[in-house]
Amino acid sequence: MNQFFLLARQELALTLIIFILLFIKLGTKEWSNSALLNLVNGLLLVNVASGFFFEEEGILFNEMFHTGKLIVVEKNILNLGTLIISLQAYDWLKQHRHVVEFYVLLLSTLLGMFFMISAGNLLMFYLGLELASIPLATIANFDLEKRRSSEAAMKFIISSAFSSGLLLFGISMVYGTAGTLVFSELPQYLVGTPLQLFALVLLIAGFAFKISVVPFHLWTADVYEGSPVTVSAYLSVISKGAAVFVFVSVLYSILKPLAQAWYNIVFLLSVLTMFTGNLFALRQTNFKRLLAFSSIAQAGFILVGISGSSQAGMASVVYFVLVYVFSNLGAFGVVSLVSALTGKENTEDYKGFYKTNPFLAWVMAVSLFSLAGIPPAAGFFGKFFLLIAGAGKGNYVLIVIAALNMIISLYYYLKIVKIMFVDRNEQDPIAKLPVHIYPRLALLVCMAGIIVLGLVSRVYEYIYSISTGF
Amino acid sequence: MNLSLLVLLPLLTAIALVCCKGLKQVRLVSFIGAGIQLLLAFFLLLVYWQERATGNNTAMLFQTDYTWYASFNIHYHIGVDGIALAMILLTAIVVLAGVLVSWHTDTMSKEFFFLLIFLSAGAYGFFISLDLFMLFFFLELAVIPKFLLIAIWGSGKKEYSAMKLALMLMAGSSLVFTGLVGLYFNTVTTGAGHSFDLLQISQMKIPLQAQLLFFPFVFVGFGIFAALFPFHTWVPDGHSSAPTAASMFLAGISMKLGGYGCLRVATFLMPDAAHAYAPIIILLATIAIIYGAFATMMQKDLKYINAYSSVSHCGFVLLGIGMLTKTSIAGAVMQMVSHGLMTALFFAAIGMLYDRTHTRMLDKLGGLLKIMPFISTVFVLAGLCSLGLPGLSGFVAEMTVFMGSWQNPSAWYRLATILACASIVVTAVYILRAVGQTVMGPVMDSHYNNLSDAKWNEKLAAVLLLIGIVAIGVAPFWLNKLVTPGAEIIIQHVSTAVTIK
Repeated sequence: MNQFFLLARQELALTLIIFILLFIKLGTKEWSNSALLNLVNGLLLVNVASGFFFEEEGILFNEMFHTGKLIVVEKNILNLGTLIISLQAYDWLKQHRHVVEFYVLLLSTLLGMFFMISAGNLLMFYLGLELASIPLATIANFDLEKRRSSEAAMKFIISSAFSSGLLLFGISMVYGTAGTLVFSELPQYLVGTPLQLFALVLLIAGFAFKISVVPFHLWTADVYEGSPVTVSAYLSVISKGAAVFVFVSVLYSILKPLAQAWYNIVFLLSVLTMFTGNLFALRQTNFKRLLAFSSIAQAGFILVGISGSSQAGMASVVYFVLVYVFSNLGAFGVVSLVSALTGKENTEDYKGFYKTNPFLAWVMAVSLFSLAGIPPAAGFFGKFFLLIAGAGKGNYVLIVIAALNMIISLYYYLKIVKIMFVDRNEQDPIAKLPVHIYPRLALLVCMAGIIVLGLVSRVYEYIYSISTGF
Repeated sequence: MNLSLLVLLPLLTAIALVCCKGLKQVRLVSFIGAGIQLLLAFFLLLVYWQERATGNNTAMLFQTDYTWYASFNIHYHIGVDGIALAMILLTAIVVLAGVLVSWHTDTMSKEFFFLLIFLSAGAYGFFISLDLFMLFFFLELAVIPKFLLIAIWGSGKKEYSAMKLALMLMAGSSLVFTGLVGLYFNTVTTGAGHSFDLLQISQMKIPLQAQLLFFPFVFVGFGIFAALFPFHTWVPDGHSSAPTAASMFLAGISMKLGGYGCLRVATFLMPDAAHAYAPIIILLATIAIIYGAFATMMQKDLKYINAYSSVSHCGFVLLGIGMLTKTSIAGAVMQMVSHGLMTALFFAAIGMLYDRTHTRMLDKLGGLLKIMPFISTVFVLAGLCSLGLPGLSGFVAEMTVFMGSWQNPSAWYRLATILACASIVVTAVYILRAVGQTVMGPVMDSHYNNLSDAKWNEKLAAVLLLIGIVAIGVAPFWLNKLVTPGAEIIIQHVSTAVTIK
């Protein structure tokens, strides 16, 4: 029993927060929005801190749930990201009528992701995945008076139902051919029969939807554009990060016997994803769509790292997601502030942004440099390590393609920097924005992360030391 | 001496700049920072000579080595030899001169000086790196500040030029990256791991197949920085759109990163491939020299003239590297130093003229010698150095390259040398035309008569660069003595590699 509380403590902490919020909603006392937000952010901070103790390994519920050092780190990354997003959403949520509901739904999806990461059984994994997807669709609709928001939610729920269907179909075939769903027993039954290979393709397709890998990316841009910025950020960082964590561990452990088959698929998908993401991003004028395509392209880079199939591959993927949390949330944080306070979401609106908001402009610029992989930002190290891991298999073609994509991506990131720093806007510039202490703190954390994570090798080396080999 | 200071000092200066208020404080802090850096560079030269005088003949002095990323075997490994030291001196002089000529940058002055100083940190870091990862880190560090400097403070079609420069340099570093990763996976250390360490790799025998595959990546990648034909197209646009200090930095130092990389990484670490690809390098370098010279003839804008002539002059660097003789490589390094000083001086003079006359077009200028004798004299001297007048550094460097090139007995190489020599005639034509048109003849515009001559800061900048040029021109032996041991090690490495095969 003791072990249960220790091993599943991150899940329990989240559940506790969800229940506290529900009781607040049910209670008779009326809470003001700012008091609620203070409380929730405080609770989330405690939640983040709680992850850093007792990094035990262990198994619960007949191998349904397992945890280890790497899994704890992965959950910490997601917790931290959620806290940052929550802080950044302050200005948007302060005027919203349904703060409690928002957090209950948001934290439920996070809980689902935790179960997904900790799953030791395909069924458990599927349950976690569903818990992570369905509430997300409802919060995508949280700009209640906007039609685009409902449209985004609809698109999201349909595409995620479709991907769940594919995944379930694949799982059923795995069960049919292997006779078990338990992770630790599966590898010995996976021998590469045609039916199993078909199941592999379906499984990968299911994951590809969640990570928005081309050709399963079509929902991404529309959903990001329609949803509230906070939800777009959550989708692009937390939801994607969780799926990547599971994807890499599933590929490296359960599907290891089919390594040759999935290597080819991952190779092909990564090339397609990088090119499509980057080329489509070139012509976007809506900031959220631009970041959507940029996040598709980043997924392609992650696949390059995954294709490395080595300890370095796993470590670099987890490290990259950590770096990506800070870099992407830095960019999304600024967009979310501007969107909440002025309603402007087009890249052209940012003309002369540096003149009026130098702090936010620098945050945005540094985040974009990190996304583009420019030193000394951590993104440089993240990309470098992903590509070295990918090159470990001797596939230099992939490295050349990835390097080419880094040039393409630099173009659209620099274009934003140019718009903010160089262009003038006499008619209707974004006025000097009052940045509340919460978003400011969140942005500073992102900046600190971007600068420190790369230059200090401790973090990567720790992740490397707890990563499993191939 | 602790070499990390060379990177730390600019970074500290940059941080101090963030806390400054107003142009006066900002430029004072930058000036002090860059000044101390110059003193530090000379102090380094002094202790370097002392160390060498005691008979310390290790290739790299003042080494520091920390493990950075243990799992990839990435180290923080720094050290200098004569070649790197020459580059560091060049950087220190050009940066200080750059700060001085930007004395009156009043739009976003804090950001301007911050980026300029930050840029110099990248260059220093690059020259002292002995680990390929670090080297690459510092190489890329400099891309964004250049973009911002040109896009914000530039002139003309600055946004186009800035983007072109950033993307082409990024392409260069992508190629370098691919080459370095390929090289990394072909190294074998005792622990069965791989290594990024420059000195360790130089002791290994990299398989010929791998060398032949990855040498072009590294060489062309660095070559893009050094204006290798046909990848030189960023040079004219970038240089002419940049503000004066950025032009000085770009032509004076940034292009040298490329030359240094071609020499230190491509040629030194993959000597067999360097031999195999030498004919192509020489062909491209010769084309760059001649094409650059003729393209300059057609230019009407002073900055374009200097930019295209930089393509031609950097061709000599690549020619020297391609010829693979001791003298030619020493000459290539000397040409890097000389061209760095000369072109920085040229851009500084053009900047001073432009600040006053607000034009850089040849046909609108004229008779300035009477009005601004100091600036005009500097301008003439820079031109004379560019065309290789004895007594100035250009002559020494180019002569050394030609001598070294001639030592290579192949008939085709000698033909290339002759062609390269012949380009000097073309150089003389365009330089004399530009100089004559600008400072001689009648005053083209009556309001030029009211213009003032150089201020103290501009004079100081010009004098600083001129001292360097004359010191090399009159007494070339000290620079020669500084760089030759380094060149010797590289060339020994190349020749042993070939004899083993």
